Amino acid sequence: MNRSLAFLPVAAFLVLAVVMWRGLYLDSKELPSMLIDKPMPAFDKLTVDGQAVDNDSLPTEPFLLNVWGSYCLPCLIEHPTFMRLSESAEIPIVGVNYRDQKALALDWLEENGNPYAFSILDEPGRFGIDLGVYGAPETYLVDSKGVIRYRHVSVLDEAVWRDVFEPAIAELRAQEAAQ
Amino acid sequence: MSNDTANGRVWEKRVKPVLTVFLLLAIVSVLMPATSLAQVDTFEFETPEQQQRFRALSDELRCPMCQNTSLSGSTGGVAEDLRREVHRMIMEGMSDEQIEQFMYERYGDFIFYKPRLKPETLLLWFGPLLFFLIGAFVLVGIWRKAKGIDAQPVQVDTETQTRIDALLAEQGKAGAGNTSR
Repeated sequence: MNRSLAFLPVAAFLVLAVVMWRGLYLDSKELPSMLIDKPMPAFDKLTVDGQAVDNDSLPTEPFLLNVWGSYCLPCLIEHPTFMRLSESAEIPIVGVNYRDQKALALDWLEENGNPYAFSILDEPGRFGIDLGVYGAPETYLVDSKGVIRYRHVSVLDEAVWRDVFEPAIAELRAQEAAQ
Repeated sequence: MSNDTANGRVWEKRVKPVLTVFLLLAIVSVLMPATSLAQVDTFEFETPEQQQRFRALSDELRCPMCQNTSLSGSTGGVAEDLRREVHRMIMEGMSDEQIEQFMYERYGDFIFYKPRLKPETLLLWFGPLLFFLIGAFVLVGIWRKAKGIDAQPVQVDTETQTRIDALLAEQGKAGAGNTSR
């Protein structure tokens, strides 16, 4: 019979090996967000310090939306990065205080510093559901029109900032400047 | 003999209890109903049918945070919130499809233990069938080839035929020699 058919098992093995090798490095914990390129869900809520905010309160330039909570240990790891970004006015940061208690949230900000323009109080986690949040910390990049462009799940440290967010923000700003 | 009784004692004292516990655990784990893992919620329903739908939905929807657990079995914060939302939507009279759509819009295909049928999930749904067909195809191929070899008369030229005859004759002699010895 056809001689080349003898190589079929080898070829099949190679294809499977490549697929499975790639599979080893896929992060099944990081779910794709359904809200990419969709406007931020409508909200009409209070901030942790009691001010009323809605979608019109959002910055009119690209900003970060950071989901945090006082119970969330990884949030403490990424906090210095947000403090630095806020002190150097690199980009506005809006917080979502997710499934937390108001008093604990205020204490946490008092103790660790407050890098947020404001933090939306989401005690029942209802706004989090609209965002598709599944646990703090998560950080979204939102453009000047309030459209979600990117989601990062878990800690946003200096390395993630440098490798992922800085280039993405530069690109977004260039895009918006061209329009 | 004494060795045998010693072995018997080891069996009675050490092996048997371990085996018994192991078997009991195996039986219990098989018999234990999956629903006993469900979180206890204090939701109230107006009809048993609503409660039934709530159970079905929270078993079918997957907790986005703690993977491989349904909403009903998860202690995660987001699962608690989502169970509350499912309850609210049932009480507001939304259909199962509407509730599933609500979840899909926020959490995507991941939220379903049974993903929807669409181009991206075709391989997931029909991949096993595809692999089965490939296997069947290969198997049938091998089988037909093997059958073909048996059915085909072997053709050899006269030179080879004389060599075969010579070899067979030699072996026949050797065999005869063996039996006589």
